[in-house]
Amino acid sequence: MSDYRYLQEQDIPSFLAALRALGNRVLVPTLQKGTKESVVFTPWQEGDPVLVAKATVPAKAAVLPSCETLVTYKKTKNPDNYAETSLTLTETVEAEPTVVFASRPCDAKGIAILDNPYTKGIYKDPYYMAKREKLVVISLTCNSGCETCFCHWVGGGPSSPEGSDILMTEIPAEGTKAYVLQPITAKGKEMLAKSALKDGESVVALMNEARKAAFATLSPKPDLTEAPQKVAACFANLSFWAQETERCISCGACTYFCPTCYCFTITDEGEPTSAQGGRRLRSWDTCMSSLFTREASGHNPRPSKAERMRNRVSHKFATYPENWGIFSCSGCGRCISQCPVGLDIRKIVLHAIAEAGGTVHPPKQEEAKPAKAAPVQAPKLEEVKPAKAAPAPKEDRAEARAEGKQTPSANDTEPARSPAPRRTAKKRGFIKTSLKKSGTRRR
Amino acid sequence: MDAKTSLPRMVQGLSERPSMPGNPYLPIPSTVINVISETPRIKTFQVVFDDKERMEHFTFEPGQVGQLSVFGAGESTFVINSPPSEKNYLQFSVMLAGEVTTAIHKLSVGDKVGVRAPLGNYFPYKDWAGKNIFFIGGGIGMAPIRTIMLHVLEHAKDYGKISLLYGARTPQDLTYQYEIPNWLERPDLDCTLCIDVPAPGWEHKVGLLPNVLKELNPSPDNTVAVLCGPPIMIKFTVQALVEMKFTPESIITTLEKRMKCGIGICGRCNIGGRYVCVDGPVFSWKELQSLPQEL
Repeated sequence: MSDYRYLQEQDIPSFLAALRALGNRVLVPTLQKGTKESVVFTPWQEGDPVLVAKATVPAKAAVLPSCETLVTYKKTKNPDNYAETSLTLTETVEAEPTVVFASRPCDAKGIAILDNPYTKGIYKDPYYMAKREKLVVISLTCNSGCETCFCHWVGGGPSSPEGSDILMTEIPAEGTKAYVLQPITAKGKEMLAKSALKDGESVVALMNEARKAAFATLSPKPDLTEAPQKVAACFANLSFWAQETERCISCGACTYFCPTCYCFTITDEGEPTSAQGGRRLRSWDTCMSSLFTREASGHNPRPSKAERMRNRVSHKFATYPENWGIFSCSGCGRCISQCPVGLDIRKIVLHAIAEAGGTVHPPKQEEAKPAKAAPVQAPKLEEVKPAKAAPAPKEDRAEARAEGKQTPSANDTEPARSPAPRRTAKKRGFIKTSLKKSGTRRR
Repeated sequence: MDAKTSLPRMVQGLSERPSMPGNPYLPIPSTVINVISETPRIKTFQVVFDDKERMEHFTFEPGQVGQLSVFGAGESTFVINSPPSEKNYLQFSVMLAGEVTTAIHKLSVGDKVGVRAPLGNYFPYKDWAGKNIFFIGGGIGMAPIRTIMLHVLEHAKDYGKISLLYGARTPQDLTYQYEIPNWLERPDLDCTLCIDVPAPGWEHKVGLLPNVLKELNPSPDNTVAVLCGPPIMIKFTVQALVEMKFTPESIITTLEKRMKCGIGICGRCNIGGRYVCVDGPVFSWKELQSLPQEL
């Protein structure tokens, strides 16, 4: 028997049930209704529907919860000497075996990017490590690119294995949907070997074809080799960053939706002398907030949104690469699709390269805009079971459209429709230009 | 970008140093054993770990910092300003500034706190053998100077001439006043004090610290300048040192930034790709010149 396994759509629930029976928490993309429909990873239980749509929010919380307790603290009086108190600190490193099912390669790569600072620095983060060690990531390879995603720009692709334990690829099947599961790591191999799934060797050729077809949907990519040097070279050019962030409202959505953003804050909650004591929490934080770096003296090294965006883009494309050797961006595009004012990190990076006199071969295209995916190839937002659940939007981009109703320009990458078209097409994108700092780029 | 062939910069770029063992987020339960009111806004706290054995075996290098916790309020980063030879307690000097320091200032002897230490790098004193050392402290910036100066003085025979220029706004703003008579008297230290404006009874120099430094005009030959103080003081003092022909490599300073984790992850103390909490807090002027100007 080969290492590959074959999974039919109707067998997904029993596959997940078997994973649960082994003691795993199984996180699957779930449609969440609200003022705005979104797809989030939630623990799956027997009978729950299964979506294989790209989630609105990445599975980052599986290793870095939006809020977790680091330490609990409690002060108690010594019953023999009431003048004395004792302090009890309890560390709360905990993790349950978890399987993330049907995340995307960009989400999995996000976890691989988090692994560097959390597990490979001079200090290891025990809270992250515990969760990471008990995590198995099953990624569904993408059938195509989409409007906002750009994994291939930053070293990934629709079937990149980084961060995944198992890759799952949809293959053509009569009257149903079927997937090939390919183990990437030893953990993934073991999980598949233990499963009751059928051998998938006979359909590996179909899998490779599907992956090749997905890759073919991607638009030509710019060469970002020079990005670290060029983005760093723009550091002192604050007017460039001010211009790029003119529309930014510092909401932080780009960071909270990002699979690779990992900044956090630490705060205390509760008095140590209270009956239940208190706890020290770690919560996601955002470098887009002015409070992020403000010191007690009132001094702030990053007082305006220009400095803050400079820090965010530089971290992803210059300083993280300097420290860890890869971009801190998996190209998932959520910061673009979720930005309420339509800022596009691809454009900022390309503008920075151009601003610093660099070039991004091939200069074939004018605008860094992936080709529209063929509708047939687009990842389907369909539920496996039960069928009666909410009418699911047909395409991945449905979510983008829903948002579009509220903020018409939010997902619009067309420069002509953006509120502040600041550069002429000539000066933009792939064309090697030496942009001058002049008033011409301003409105 | 060749991470496969060599260790990432975040690992190999860091000097060897004592570091906090175990869970780096778990504070060491400690007790305040002494509180000294230094100035109207600065207090010094001496703390001991509740675990005696851990206290005995605790080692750090001068310049390394600790995160001092008041549970319920939070934690903040301070340099350990006692010298490493002081095994009985760790000393932190805290200026009243925000929420956490307000809570720290309310502490009294016997109160329970948490300490995460040692964190960060330290003064490169091992490179200073045989050299003259010129210490410069401004205001609360005297705290990190104190630890390295006391350490160097303990091993004075390894170094050349050791000098200190210590300045504050007024005589009342000088910390460690109870130690100053000793610093002025001891033959192995050339100590100069200055205040910004004249004050009754003041027998020492008057003037802004960089100006007093120019007046003293120390020779840059075989000399290391080690300074700490408020950002504005650092700026003009470094200018003065450069004018006096000190090389960027021979000017050493320590920085502070807002910090949370203290271990190079949480993302707020970075200057470009360097994290003050693990790449610093001690930097040479040469290193700082190579970094983006975002202090």
